[in-house]
Parts: sequence; C-alpha cells; structure tokens
Amino acid sequence: MKRCDLLVDLGRRRFLSGAGVAAAGVAASAVLPANETKAAVPTARVTYPSTRLGNVNELKLNEPLDVAYPDDDASGVLIKLGKRVEGGAGPEGDIVGFTTICPHKGYPLHYNSERRTLNCSGHYSVFDCEAGGQETWGHATQNLPQYSLRVDEKGDIYAEGVDELIYGRLSNVL
Amino acid sequence: MAYKRQIDRLPIIPADAKEHNVVCHYCIVGCGYKAYTWDIDKQGTTDPAGNKFNVDLSQQQGADTEAWYAPAMYNIVKQDGKDVHIVIKPDVKCVVNSGLGSIRGARMAEMSYSAVRNTEQQRLTDPMVWRYGQMQPTSWDDALDLVARVTAAVIADQGEDALFVSAYDHGGAGGGYENTWGTGKLYFGSMKIKNIRIHNRPAYNSEVHATRDMGVGELNNCYEDAELADTIVVVGANSLETQTNYFLNHWIPNLRGISQDKKQQLLPNEPHEPARVIIVDPRRTVTINACEIEAGKDRVMHLAINSGTDLALFNAWLTYIADKGWVDKAFIDASTKDFDKAIAGNKTSLEEAARITGLTVDQIRQSAEWMAQPKEGGARRRSMFAYEKGLIWGNDNYRTNGALVNVALATGNIGRPGGGCVRLGGHQEGYARPSDAHVGRPAAYVDQLLISGQGGVHHIWGCDHYKTTLNALQFKQAYKRRTDLVKDAMSAVPWGDRPAMVAAITDAIKKGGLFSVDVDIIPTQIGQAAHVWLPAATSGEMNLTSMNGERRMRLTERYMDPPGSAMPDCLIAARLANNLERVFREMGKTEIADRFKGFDWKTEEDAFMDGYHQHEKGGQFVTYARLRAMGTNGFQEPAVGIEGQGATAQGTTTGQTPGMVVQGPAIEGARGKEPVQQATPTTATPPPAPPAGSEPIIGTQRLYADGKFNTKDGKAIFMETKWRGFEASGKEEESKKFAFLINNGRANHIWQSAYLDQENDFVMDRFPFPFIEMNPQDMAALNLKSGDLVEVYNDNGSTQAMAYPTDRAKPKQTFMLFGYPTGVQGNVVSAGVNEFIIPNYKQTWGNIRKLADAPEVVKGLSFKEKEYAPPV
Ligand code: SF4
Ligand code: FES
Repeated sequence: MKRCDLLVDLGRRRFLSGAGVAAAGVAASAVLPANETKAAVPTARVTYPSTRLGNVNELKLNEPLDVAYPDDDASGVLIKLGKRVEGGAGPEGDIVGFTTICPHKGYPLHYNSERRTLNCSGHYSVFDCEAGGQETWGHATQNLPQYSLRVDEKGDIYAEGVDELIYGRLSNVL
Repeated sequence: MAYKRQIDRLPIIPADAKEHNVVCHYCIVGCGYKAYTWDIDKQGTTDPAGNKFNVDLSQQQGADTEAWYAPAMYNIVKQDGKDVHIVIKPDVKCVVNSGLGSIRGARMAEMSYSAVRNTEQQRLTDPMVWRYGQMQPTSWDDALDLVARVTAAVIADQGEDALFVSAYDHGGAGGGYENTWGTGKLYFGSMKIKNIRIHNRPAYNSEVHATRDMGVGELNNCYEDAELADTIVVVGANSLETQTNYFLNHWIPNLRGISQDKKQQLLPNEPHEPARVIIVDPRRTVTINACEIEAGKDRVMHLAINSGTDLALFNAWLTYIADKGWVDKAFIDASTKDFDKAIAGNKTSLEEAARITGLTVDQIRQSAEWMAQPKEGGARRRSMFAYEKGLIWGNDNYRTNGALVNVALATGNIGRPGGGCVRLGGHQEGYARPSDAHVGRPAAYVDQLLISGQGGVHHIWGCDHYKTTLNALQFKQAYKRRTDLVKDAMSAVPWGDRPAMVAAITDAIKKGGLFSVDVDIIPTQIGQAAHVWLPAATSGEMNLTSMNGERRMRLTERYMDPPGSAMPDCLIAARLANNLERVFREMGKTEIADRFKGFDWKTEEDAFMDGYHQHEKGGQFVTYARLRAMGTNGFQEPAVGIEGQGATAQGTTTGQTPGMVVQGPAIEGARGKEPVQQATPTTATPPPAPPAGSEPIIGTQRLYADGKFNTKDGKAIFMETKWRGFEASGKEEESKKFAFLINNGRANHIWQSAYLDQENDFVMDRFPFPFIEMNPQDMAALNLKSGDLVEVYNDNGSTQAMAYPTDRAKPKQTFMLFGYPTGVQGNVVSAGVNEFIIPNYKQTWGNIRKLADAPEVVKGLSFKEKEYAPPV
C-alpha cells in the first residue's frame, strides 16, 4: 500500500523531492515579483540577506533573544536550547531561530521556557522549538518558519534563509 | 525534523482574478471561503492596483489581514481544461468564521488534485475493474454495464434484499443535497432497498433518534446562541478541535465577555455576565483548557465522569432542578407533555448520581445551579446544551440523548435566544431522499449480515468500513473472504466475454461470494476488496449544496475540473439507473425497467432541482441562482419565502401551526434536519415557482421559536430514561476484563478518516501513526517511551498506535485517534450496539503492550503537551 513508504522520513523526502517540484511549479509559472523579472534564471527560493543577528555570547541558556529577519518588520527569536537538535547551529548545534509571527493569523508568539515551545495567545497554537518548530497543536497549516543559521569563528550568528512562508508577506524578502 | 515546504514566495492574486463562493467541505461548521483563480501565465503585482486586495503588498501585513495566504491555500489546478492558479482562503465576510481558517479547511487548495504540483495524486481518474488479477482502468460504459448486469441478475434471482448498500448521508465533501438525492432516488425511489447503512454506522438509522422522537430536531439553534447564552453545557464534545471556528468565533467572545453588548442589545431586560461553561467529558481536552484561559477557572466546570455514565448525571440534574422549582412551568404547560411521567420515572438523587458517575454531590449540584438557577431579579437562565460523539457513540445512546433533551425542555431552553439543545455535528449535512420508512426500526444490522454471508452485491458510496466501522477486524476478514471468491471467479474468464463474466460472478455469489462496487474519490481500504471502482468528483469539482450546524445552506461553486473522467455522485447514480433500466428491459422485465425512469439529469443542478427543490421543505424557494447571489452567508433552513414576496402563508415555517405543512412527500426522520411531519392537507394552492431570479431567500434563524414542535399536536414529549448501566451487550464484562479504557475520537490536524490527509505531507509528518494518549505513569509501567509503537488488543481484535504521554490522561484511561489509516481503532470495538443499532465506540477496553521502539519516521516528532500555556 501507499503508506509503506512511511518508513522513510517524510519530511526529508519532501525536502529532497516534493518541495523541489513545488518550487519549480511556482517558479516556472512566472511568479517573480515585478521588480525581479530581469533575473535571467529564476531561483527556487528568493535571495536572502545574510544578516548578523547576534553573538553566541549574548545567548543565555533557554532564554529567547529578540531578533528580526529578513528585515525589521519580521520579528523572531534566537534560542540556545542546551541540547543538540536537528537544524541547530553553533558549536553545540543547539542554537535555533524562528519567526515569532504566528503562521495562523499573525498574532505574536511567546516563549514558554519550561516546555520550550512558542505559544500563541491568538488561538492557542503551540510550536515545538526542539522539533524544528513542529506545530505540536494548533491552527496554522504549516510548521513554524525556521531560520537557516550560520555561526562564524567569532561566534557571530547569521541568518541566511527561512524554510516556510512568513505570515503577512507573499514573499519572505519584500 | 519537522516538515517544511521550502516555499517562501507565492503568486499574487491579480485584481481581475475570478472569484467563487466556497464553503469548507470538511467539518460541520461550514466556514466560508473564496476561491480565486487566474490564468497560469498571469500574476498580480505588489502595488495596490495590481492585486485583488487593493493593498501595497511590498509591506508586511498585520495580524488578521485579508491580504495573506499560506502555501497550503495555493495550488495549480485544471479549470475547463486549462491550468490555472488557485488560492482558496477564508472569507472575512462570512458570518460563520469571519475570516478564520482551521488547520483542516485552510488546506483545501493543497488537498486538491494537481498534476502540476503533485498533490492528491491518489485521486481516481478512471473507472477501474478487476481484470487479469488487478485493478485496471476502463471506460464508464464498460464499468457501468458490468455493474448493472451483475446487480440486475442478482435482483432478478434473489430480490432487492440481496443488494446491500453503504451510502453516506451527509453534506460537504462527497455529500450534499445533489448526491444524497441521487443515491436516494435510486435506492429508495426506483428500488426499496432495506439492507442499507450509513457511512459511520452499521445500519440506516438516526444517531439522534431520541430527540426526534421527542419532537425536537437536533439542529435547532443558531451559532449566535453561543454568544448569548449564560451557560454553555457541553457533553462529549471537544469543540476547539472538532468544531474549531464555531468555538473560536462564537463561544470565545461570550467566554471573554465581549459579546456583552450584543446580549444587552438583544436581551435588554435581564442581567448579563460572561458565559459559564460546563463540560462533561471523562478526559481533559484542549477545549477545557481554552475555556479556562478565556473565562477563568472559576467559570469553567469540567465534570470528568466515569465513561458512559452521562445518563445518570442528566437524570439527577432534572430531578434537582425540578425539586428546586427552577423549571419553566409556563413553557412546559403550553408546549410539552409527559413532564410528570419523566420526573417520576427518572428520579435520581444527587448521591445516587455521584456514586454512578464518580463526581461529587457538590459538583452535580453546582452544575445544576449554573444551568438553571434563576438570574438576579428572577430572570430565567439561558443555557445552551450541546453534545456530540461522546454522547452519540456512548453508552445507551437513545436514553442518554433523551435525558439531555429533558433537561433542556424543563428549563425552557429550546427555541429561545441563548438556548438550544443541539448536536454539534461532524460533517455538514445535506440530506434529501425519498422516504426510508420501508427500512424499518430497528434497521437491519448490515455489517453483521455481511459477515454472516448475506447479500450478493454491495454498492458502496463514499464509505470505508475498513477504517470506520466497529468490530472492524471481523468485518474485514469476512469481507475479504467473500470478495476474494468473486475475484478468483473473474480472473478465470476473459474480460471480453461479458455473458461468461456475469455468469462466473453470479455463480461465485451463490457460493457465498460478494460482488463489491466502490464509488469514491480515492482508492479506499475497503476498495482493496472491491471489483469495480467508480471515480467521483468532490466539492468544488462540482456545484454542491449543504448546510452547516445552524442549518445554514450555501452553494459551493465549481471552481476546478474533477480529475480525469470522475463525475459527481448524483450523475454516477443517474448513469447507473440508466444502465439498470436498459439491462432490465433487455431481460424483458419492463415493469422493473420503468421504475428507473426519471434519471435524465445532465448536471448536478438537474439533480438539485429534481430533489431538494421539489421535495424538501421550503425547497421551492431555493435555486442555484439565489444561492449564488447569497454568497457564503446563504440562509438558514428551512426557507420560508423570498424577500420582497414575504414569507409564504402555506406554512413551510417550522411548526407555526400544529401539524405543519410540507412541500411534496414528507420525509420522515430526515437526517441533517428536523424530521418533517406528514402534511395535513392544505386547501391553499402552493405558490407558483418563482422565476429563477436572485432575490434573497428568507430563512429560519431558530426552530421552535413559537413553542411548537415536530409532533402531531405540536407538543414536545418528555421521555422516561431510566439508568440501566452499560447497555450494549458485552461492555460490562469487557470493562472488567481489560486494563485500559480505549476512549477514542478526532484530532485537530486531521479531517475524518484522513482519506485526503493520508497524502498530505504536513499531516503525515505530524502523525505517521495514530496517537494513543496515555498517562506517563502507565507508560512507565509498560516501559514505553514517547512514540513507541504499541499494540492495543482485546477479544475483538488488535490494532496499533504510537504512545503519546500526557498528564491530561487519567491513569488507565487512554485516548486513541479514531479511523486512522495506519492503525484502525475500530478493530478493537465490539459488535455491541443499542436497541436501534447505534454503535458504542467510546466504551471500549483493551490491554496495551509494546511492539517496537519509535520507528525512524516518528523520531524527532513533538510529543509535548498539546495544551496552550499562557505567558507566566
Ligand atoms: S472549522 Fe471546520 S468548516 Fe471551518 S475551516 Fe475548519 S474544517 Fe472547515
Ligand atoms: S494567530 Fe496564532 S493561533 Fe491563531
């Protein structure tokens, strides 16, 4: 039956194939914003700025640091979880960054340090910071947009991409 | 690692995109959406003039904006044969949801068939038949000819009782007035099929018989009543997850106190406070948590009763309220009967109820006060009573349902603002069929008959017993054995030799075989056993009408093509009827053949006009043109007139005169709406059918507003409902023999049996297996870690789930996701039913053991508490 392939990681499978298909579909159908139509070859994702969000020294264990990315209108957080997680950056692989605009209706998320989740007072959605922003429970039709992070030798933390559409914008980079 | 789409940009809806009215085709709430479609080679721009929203899209939009849509709301689909972009997003102007989307409905676009973007590629595109040992595509003519020949042969040989039918009776996806009429006219008009069942239960019966027998249709209030109530009494329902936007958009304002102005304005002569809530449920749910956050813990009462003991609690409420004199005497005298009988027959002391339910005397007393003690100044307290599967699929369905309606009637809470005694609903409704009176009561227990070898042909319409029936394991074993007999017989004959094929099939049937025809939008699990699959269209691929939980009827306009040659069910039924007519005529059975006339429909609108328009109460006022003009708000059934022409005196209103008049043949026990009563013949001529204009339809906000109910004399009837313990056979023993309560139900992420979600990566990434919520101590005792696969087993069968720890689960009381493809809870539900063949899924007990450590696909999933916690 169809679901025998459940034994592979669906998330990764989609990342490698499905998302590519989707992005190609979108790109092929002339979706570039008007100001970008000169780009010769449309890229699968928008071009992100590489933005310094802070330094590892500024991060305290399990205390969110308010940041914004890809621009000042897109609030987010960096969190040092103290445990290696998938998608985690830094020497310990434990630093993650997420948008804090709820992908349901755009209400602000707040961090629950006991559970290590980002919670939404709008309609009670809960996103798990230790599981790639997976929606533990809630109304959004996507898991929480997470930053691709890079930490350089000085300990500066750079965001260089976002893996889902941020609420309130039809292109992550406006 | 959580699934991410890697989509960070979406095409912009151009200002001139086509706009279609859409009603979410999933849950009962029926949220309004709009579908926007536009040419594949075009797109809007960020400047206000260039997009549908007239907004500068180069700026970040704020919370609740209309000018944003998620990747799940976008797709590329076929429309009139051409690829188009589509966005299906919640409609802010719809009074039901005011722009809210849920995790289910807001994925409608992504859960549409798209060859370009690879979504829902499981959809059936061609008729498929068992040929050369597997399912193979064929033409409609070929498939329908085979179905008609085998069906006609079996009927000619054994009579109509050998044709078994499983057919949904609901609205929304795969349902709707067009389609229930199509199958209804075929099986109840052309034929009188008796061995028929509904999508989620093994017989053709009402889930809420009792309330109907009392004269109270089950969808009698409006969503606004939840904004007006003093107290909301919820029984066996988890509305934040299963009626999401009804809860968010209509309950929360009352719990927060922000519907105060509306209360003051509409009900000026009494004091008002924010609502209180009483929730009867053996387990703590996210709904209870949300209520506590909004109303404060002191205004929320969770009555965590012993599973299946609701009836004793309701009888105690009635007794206590009557003793206190908090009943609505004027209403009882004018509009009801048998009150004294019920009071005498149901007498239950607080102490007795406490012993049975496991609650304290104080809890029961206080909850009775909350729902019935007069307000300051002596005004009657407005309480809304709402129930769903915890009661419906619970112990002693009939009496328990009646006992709750007793309390609502005694307190005068039906037909009044802020009141109602309603089921909350699962699907939307959309029932229009000829009378089912010949089915009888109790109706045939169809699944048991199939297990025991009866029936020769089985037509299945949008049902999957393999996932959603009780006693599922036994059913599957018997069904497979019987259909395999026919498969083997078919494999032995060349496909092109139709007479030999039909002879081989009917011969196998005589030996105990079963010929199975499955009409569905996807290959279902029961479809694995079927010999013919007929591909159906779903909502949006056809025009479709349904009504929601407040009887709000809307038209979802066709916005895309069905996959391949798939057709609306009503037209499949019509073509099947055409073929049966032809075959019976060939057989020389002219009289039977003639019964299949009247199926010359070309479109779903033809079926609508033949069915709902001509046969349903108020249907004469309802046309596609009018519904289209009324958009996503529609009107509330029944229709009583047309604006400008006024309500029609002929009496299609609800019970304005005792023994109300219905248009066309009465449809007793109509599902999805209050049972209409046989008409007392009227001398007045019905109004001429209005021209197909677009004047708004006048509807009915609340039923029984005039205190007249659906009984001959217009009086609601109180019911004697004595407590009798676990009523379905074998349940008492099962509860003693096995360690864990295997409570079960739905979850927010998933629609129904996941028939579309099973192809949705976002959902399957979250729940590759059904969860079973367990108390952490129980998990420790069984040596289980989060996500470990467990076997749930008892004498009925076994199934699997992944362990999900939560403090919300009481020790030894689990909650398992129902009807999931990768672990069917119904496998462990016994065959025990009530006296009207209503299943009892909720009271199931089993043992649990570990099967395996969390498999790879489960690793990294979130197993955290689902309850939202406010900032500390
Ligand atoms: S609450 Fe129900 S009707 Fe509304 S969007 Fe969700 S599934 Fe659809
Ligand atoms: S905005 Fe966050 S849950 Fe609705």
